[in-house]
Amino acid sequence: MTQTSAPEPELADSDFAIDAHQAAGLGEAVQAYRNRIRGGDMGSLPAVLGLAVLFVVFSIASDRFLIALNLANLITQAGAICVLAMGLVPVLLLGDIDLSAGVAGGLSAAITALAIVDHDLNWAVAVAAGVLAGAVMGFVIGLFVAKLGIPSFVVTLAFFLGLQGVILKMIGEGGSVRVADDVIRGITIDNMSVAAGWILAVVLSIGYAAVSLRRHRIQVSRGLQHAPLSVVLIKIAGIAAIAITVTAVLNVNRSRNPNFPIEGIPYVLPLVAVLLVFWTFVFNRTRYGRHVYAVGGNREAARRAGINVDRIRVSVFVICTSMAAVSGIIASSYAGKVSASSGGGNTLLYAVGAAVIGGTSLFGGKGKPSDAVIGGVVIATIANGLGLLNQASWINFVVTGGVLLLAAGVDAVSRRRRSAAGVG
Amino acid sequence: MSETPLLELRGINKSFGAVHVLHDVDFAVWPGQVTALVGDNGAGKSTLVKVVAGIYGADSGESFFEGRPVHVSNPKDASDLGIEVVYQDLALCDNLDIVQNMFLGREKRNGFILDEASMEARARETLASLSVRTVKSVRQSVASLSGGQRQTVAIAKSVLWNSKVVLLDEPTAALGVAQTRQVLDLVRRLADQGLGVVLISHNMNDVLEVADRITALYLGRVAADVAAKDVTHSQVVELITAGRSGDLGITSSGAIA
Repeated sequence: MTQTSAPEPELADSDFAIDAHQAAGLGEAVQAYRNRIRGGDMGSLPAVLGLAVLFVVFSIASDRFLIALNLANLITQAGAICVLAMGLVPVLLLGDIDLSAGVAGGLSAAITALAIVDHDLNWAVAVAAGVLAGAVMGFVIGLFVAKLGIPSFVVTLAFFLGLQGVILKMIGEGGSVRVADDVIRGITIDNMSVAAGWILAVVLSIGYAAVSLRRHRIQVSRGLQHAPLSVVLIKIAGIAAIAITVTAVLNVNRSRNPNFPIEGIPYVLPLVAVLLVFWTFVFNRTRYGRHVYAVGGNREAARRAGINVDRIRVSVFVICTSMAAVSGIIASSYAGKVSASSGGGNTLLYAVGAAVIGGTSLFGGKGKPSDAVIGGVVIATIANGLGLLNQASWINFVVTGGVLLLAAGVDAVSRRRRSAAGVG
Repeated sequence: MSETPLLELRGINKSFGAVHVLHDVDFAVWPGQVTALVGDNGAGKSTLVKVVAGIYGADSGESFFEGRPVHVSNPKDASDLGIEVVYQDLALCDNLDIVQNMFLGREKRNGFILDEASMEARARETLASLSVRTVKSVRQSVASLSGGQRQTVAIAKSVLWNSKVVLLDEPTAALGVAQTRQVLDLVRRLADQGLGVVLISHNMNDVLEVADRITALYLGRVAADVAAKDVTHSQVVELITAGRSGDLGITSSGAIA
């Protein structure tokens, strides 16, 4: 549609630059990424760099850190935190918080364990019961927050206290329930076979490559904005390299006893990977996910666009406590029991820390499930590395607290830079 | 001018408790024309817009859309008819990009999956049809846009849905000179595409520049409904501030000239 009469007003060129369909090449893509970082949009970059620093420091400080046995331990330790943090991401996206997610997970794990011990239920039924219980708790929390308008901080603080009482009543003072099921125990203590591990790594790499190449092809063929092919290929190579390296390390026999080989990927890793892929899909590719971001970005705009804001707010708490239930069950698998203090203490704060360290904003609107996983690995690495150095646990608390403060500081500063630079 | 207005309100009354905000207001929006709605603070402009948008129900009066009597009782009725309102505060999500904002609440899907390709293509088409060339990329986040660009996106969002009437609440209030220029050009292009555009503004220069008709409200009554070319700047100001100007406007008895 050309306008013959109206001459273009004279404005700065930058204002009238034609919509660029792609960055011209690798160089420009790198430049654009650097500009984004300078503008304060760092994503999970600080967490990745921090993780690299932690790995270097701990491998120098301890010769027991960078060995297959310890790396497998690290992964099983990180599992529960990563899952809980992934559940917290949608809540944080709305600028809310769920302080009760840790104990809600503990309660769900207790329900699952008791269903097996006391009622002889199949593990799948017991897990379903635990996750359902988590979902119900989230639903109730969500109703208090969305319908009554009580700040989520207060509602979930009340649940944090109340649910601990419920666990205590169910398990008994000072008691604990054994996790009497090999499948649930196996999540953290059993490993996939070496062959299955390799198949998983290859399927993951090829699947990721297929999805991103297909999207790139559609974008090019329809003349849409797209990243240069080189960037797509580098990302594919990166994902494949990580998958293959992790598999190669974990497929090495890490047993100290030559008669009992321990090799293969702990089952918790594919479990976390499946949840990560699932939630990434939901938040990136579905209408529901888009609406969660919209409500987190501007609640009033979302309401005017016809989005049912209350329903979204309730749903994120349901997701959070359901994921907390899965996390609690993983934690019980690792500990072999559920005790009255399961999910209490600093469990939740570690998970919030993981999400924030990974790049999820406490101010809402910004964050990804993958942030939570990266942040969860950072938190677990600190605990694991300091443990190897035989440090007193007070140091662990101080260091983790310091890292959380640092991450929240980075979040606040980058948010200020974003609003100054106008980059979202 | 075509014979039937796109949207016509007759004898609209609206009270909030004891406060009678709109008195027998008649208001028409014609296709292909920019109708400016002017009036001082408290004259009832915002209330009238909200009645049109279905946010408030009128106490009495009739509405016609393309000559047919219609009843607009909620915002969805209004958008189903093709009436879109661009509010002063724009209501864009800063954390989403332009395409995502334009399709917010009405995303296109392939089964469960968002159809990003179609949405991006449609958004680009719409912006191109409005001769909008001010944005670098439809995939840049809205937070990175200037005030004028944000206004442009909000307006483009409202025309994406084949709307017939677009109401713009103070679209240039917070903009600089160059950006005001862009938005006024865009307002003109909307009307040139055959839409009925309602421009609510305090800025007489803007109004006289782009408007075809001017409806002036004074204390909840229509002081005048005139062609923009028939009035001068000072006459419009008198209509706004005193309700009358020469033989135009409300006579002392309350009847309308």
